[in-house]
Amino acid sequence: MSIKLMQGNDAIGWGAIAAGCRFYAGYPITPSTEVAEILSRELPKVGGKFIQMEDEIASMAAIIGASVGGLKSMTATSGPGFSLMQENIGYAAMTEIPCVIVDVQRLGPSTGQPTAASQGDVMQARWGTHGDHPIIALSPTSVRQAFDLTVKAFELSEKYRTPVILLTDEIIGHMREPVDLPDFKTIQLPEYRLTKKDGEYIPYRNEPGDVPPLANFGVGYRYHITALFHDQQGFSTQRVDEIDPWLERFNSKLDKHLDDILMLEEDRMPGAQLAILSYGASARTSRHAMKLARARGQKVDLMTLLTIWPFPEAQVEALGERVDRIIVPEMNLGQLAYEVERMVGRKKVKRVTRANGEMVTPQMVLDALEG
Amino acid sequence: MTGSIAPRTEIRLAGEGGQGMILAGIILAEAAAIYDGKMAVQTQSYGPEARGGASKSEVVISAGEIDHPEVLSADVVVTLSQEAFDKYASTVKPGGLLIVDDDNVRSIDVPEAVKIPIGRLALHTTGKSITANTVALGVLVGLTGVVSREAIEKAVTARAPRGTEEMNRQALQAGFTAAEQVREGGSK
Repeated sequence: MSIKLMQGNDAIGWGAIAAGCRFYAGYPITPSTEVAEILSRELPKVGGKFIQMEDEIASMAAIIGASVGGLKSMTATSGPGFSLMQENIGYAAMTEIPCVIVDVQRLGPSTGQPTAASQGDVMQARWGTHGDHPIIALSPTSVRQAFDLTVKAFELSEKYRTPVILLTDEIIGHMREPVDLPDFKTIQLPEYRLTKKDGEYIPYRNEPGDVPPLANFGVGYRYHITALFHDQQGFSTQRVDEIDPWLERFNSKLDKHLDDILMLEEDRMPGAQLAILSYGASARTSRHAMKLARARGQKVDLMTLLTIWPFPEAQVEALGERVDRIIVPEMNLGQLAYEVERMVGRKKVKRVTRANGEMVTPQMVLDALEG
Repeated sequence: MTGSIAPRTEIRLAGEGGQGMILAGIILAEAAAIYDGKMAVQTQSYGPEARGGASKSEVVISAGEIDHPEVLSADVVVTLSQEAFDKYASTVKPGGLLIVDDDNVRSIDVPEAVKIPIGRLALHTTGKSITANTVALGVLVGLTGVVSREAIEKAVTARAPRGTEEMNRQALQAGFTAAEQVREGGSK
């Protein structure tokens, strides 16, 4: 294509189109509205459907239904809408129906500040819906990555039959940068679903670590979907001998594929005893600070997480074994830092937090490197 | 990727919501990134209101990679309203350039400010005060050369609604001319 100045939210919309998303349901909310705008314009051009729903609860329900019906489906929202979506995100997780949820984080809690930036939904993305469940959350640091990780979100969602959260923020969503997007024809995701009837189908087959394929409704298989605990045929069950193998498969289905799911960038420096670990817009600040610190002679490692959930435990643990101190800048009061502390111990972690709608500054990170 | 920080030019454009300062920032970033082949990042902040309220657009331009996307120490600040002036005039770094539309900003307590009646120039040149953001871009580029004149002209006309290209070109030219007069005047 050619170089264009593009907003992160636009890149998310184009990423969805490129990945083959053909259904969007949503309720516009700042700072995510541009995602809905671009898809309302572009989806009909490629034979897709755009529906503005009455609220975010219905939006989630609609994309789950469309997904079972055979379409790659997405919604986009921000904090208050993300809260409303949690019940149905749990439904999608429990019934293993692929879908992509974009959360362009704004300052919370509650209505908060619609136009102000935040990374305050990190824990909500992991635990916002009740009960133990696997989930994937990806967090881009640039406009180009917003495109690439949206495509990846669809791939992972289809492959592992799970809702995937694209957890971005107001800075990345509204920031404009020059990008040269790839020709969409070069982006061909594999088909993970059963799109025609071929032999017997066990919708929730419980092989450990397995992800049974999803049969689209309408291809000829009749089966039952419920968010109650269900047996292999999808019918509700209270039998512990049926629940246990399901639980085992369900909660471990991502674990065997972490190499495929976990994405992070590392910039190591020999002999570094300090590291900065960040994600999303704060990763941009962190890279800036790392360069300034190295220019003044400090040896500093940088780790940027693109996959936040599942948390890259082994990689962060290894970082903790290499360095004495890990600085974690983020636009909240230390949500990702909880996870880093869990892996390397509280004493090794220095939080750099800001939760007033403004970005962390490079100077705040430099000060933490000094302290 | 491990290199040092590439030199950055940091620009803050501020006015009332509706004056087109966010669009001006987008056009400036497009001039730099698409037509001058540099790196540019544009960010913005605005009140939730569709009109009114201080609106701010930031552009960082560099020959190299831009990491932190927001302005840290503004080389240039342009203000088109009193509220924007009161809020952002003091954010220009020492020795930096403060451009003020003294047609819209009545109380200017900064002696170094470059005062140009941008709103009035827009009205006289095109008959439309909404072209003030384009005049401001002409002044900014004329005084700083942060992007080439060719690049900003291409970026302005590419963004102008069909049929208004010539009007916007004239507005841009009015800004260039005002900048030249300031430069010839030799004083700020």
